[in-house]
Amino acid sequence: MNLLLDREAGWFFGGVLGLLVVASLVGAVLAKTTRSEPGQAVVRNLNARIRAWWFMAAFFGAAVAAGHGASVLLFAAMSFLALREFVTLTPTRRGDHRALFWAFFIILPVHYLLVWKHWYGFFSIFIPVYACLWIPIRAAMAGETEDFLGRTARVQWAILVCIYFVSYAPALLTLQIPGYGGENAKLLLFLVCVVQMSDVLQYCWGKLLGRHKIAPRVSPSKTVEGFVGGIASAVGLGAGLWWITPFTPLQAAGMALAICLMGFSGGLVMSAIKRDRGVKDFGTLIEGHGGMLDRIDSLCFAAPLFFHLTRYFFT
Amino acid sequence: MIASLLTSLVRLFTGARGRWPEGLFVTPRPRVYFANHTSNLDFVVLWSVLPPTVRQRTRAAAARDYWTGGPVRRWLASSVFNVVLIERKQVTRANNPIRDLGAVLEWGDSIILFPEGGRFSEPEPMPFKSGLFHLAQEHPNADLVPVWIDNLNRVLPKGELLAIPLICSVTFGTPLLRLDGETKDAFADRARAAVIALRGH
Repeated sequence: MNLLLDREAGWFFGGVLGLLVVASLVGAVLAKTTRSEPGQAVVRNLNARIRAWWFMAAFFGAAVAAGHGASVLLFAAMSFLALREFVTLTPTRRGDHRALFWAFFIILPVHYLLVWKHWYGFFSIFIPVYACLWIPIRAAMAGETEDFLGRTARVQWAILVCIYFVSYAPALLTLQIPGYGGENAKLLLFLVCVVQMSDVLQYCWGKLLGRHKIAPRVSPSKTVEGFVGGIASAVGLGAGLWWITPFTPLQAAGMALAICLMGFSGGLVMSAIKRDRGVKDFGTLIEGHGGMLDRIDSLCFAAPLFFHLTRYFFT
Repeated sequence: MIASLLTSLVRLFTGARGRWPEGLFVTPRPRVYFANHTSNLDFVVLWSVLPPTVRQRTRAAAARDYWTGGPVRRWLASSVFNVVLIERKQVTRANNPIRDLGAVLEWGDSIILFPEGGRFSEPEPMPFKSGLFHLAQEHPNADLVPVWIDNLNRVLPKGELLAIPLICSVTFGTPLLRLDGETKDAFADRARAAVIALRGH
């Protein structure tokens, strides 16, 4: 399918463009009208985020429109950057060097090659079984035993989160859904739109109404109001996007709810890791947002469940 | 051109960023950048994060025995990185490294020096050798700038051939103050402490 000629995709991209224009206008008005010093800091960060959204939407839209290969390549690059941030923050030892080399330059490319080749059977077990077996073997061969179990677990988890979980998003392109042939790119748009808008809406609701912290020790910025408002409105958005999916409006709402809950959990888990390592963000790659992993933490957790729900019920 | 290609590649691979106090690079005086040394990539990364105009006039001190060992290394050393080859093993009056490095400073160029005299994988730098002291004594007009290179020991540890991509940072400090009558050892300790103080910034 050529996404550029697809009427529904056209409406979708038009909607995203409209949303970005509105967001930029609101940001510009807020920058003019906000007086207090802490308020200005929030608005500056908000505007940095909106600017970054223009770039992210353009990048992502261009890759998805360019087709299967470009989409897979984009997610491979995102995995690479996420893994780099994760391992940079994770204490590893000299004995992990070779195992990490495997993770970056062999496991990651091979895994995305399997996504590209539509080889689902091998794709689904390559990392959970074989990469997870090989990492401790390679580390044991290096001969360093200190904190062996902890180091192995950290590297395995880095690979699972940054490569395996993320890759379920482009793997949506390989599903065979009756009556939806060649339209899978729109399923990827649905997932990414709902998961990212859920983050954005939780942030907005939290900033506007947030009073009660939902997980004060793990993520002080998450509030009950942000959680409820953000997820309710993101589920509404997902239901309203049923026409780009193979789902009915009700099914789309259910899918969106699953995506939002997993996305929220992903953000929570990754926050716990950041608190443990004593940092606020995983990196500084995306202005206003932090690193790659800060932006895709929700996607990491939502993509596998969305993939499996769709695969089980609709193929 | 190859140099700028390589430096861009190194920055892309390691995501390396240089951080320095504002106005560090406005002075026309020659500099001695001295840093901790854990990896063969150290000087390449330090060199890569310098502003291009500064980089063109900055040369790293590199071990002659290593960098002349084979045609590729020799070409990289002379044509790409334009390093100052210094003798580590058999230092005589004729090939005294301090004299060769001093000539670069006299010419107005800056140098990169790793005063530990080798690569170590300890968390803290080794005690500094006396080269920096002698250089500082003979060239009072040169600024001595401490530099901390973070995480490169994990990118390419000593003894490994293949690098892994981790995010690195290079932190520059303000030039070391000159103290009259300071002994060699006191100076070495102070210079080393200035490098360590930049860690975690």
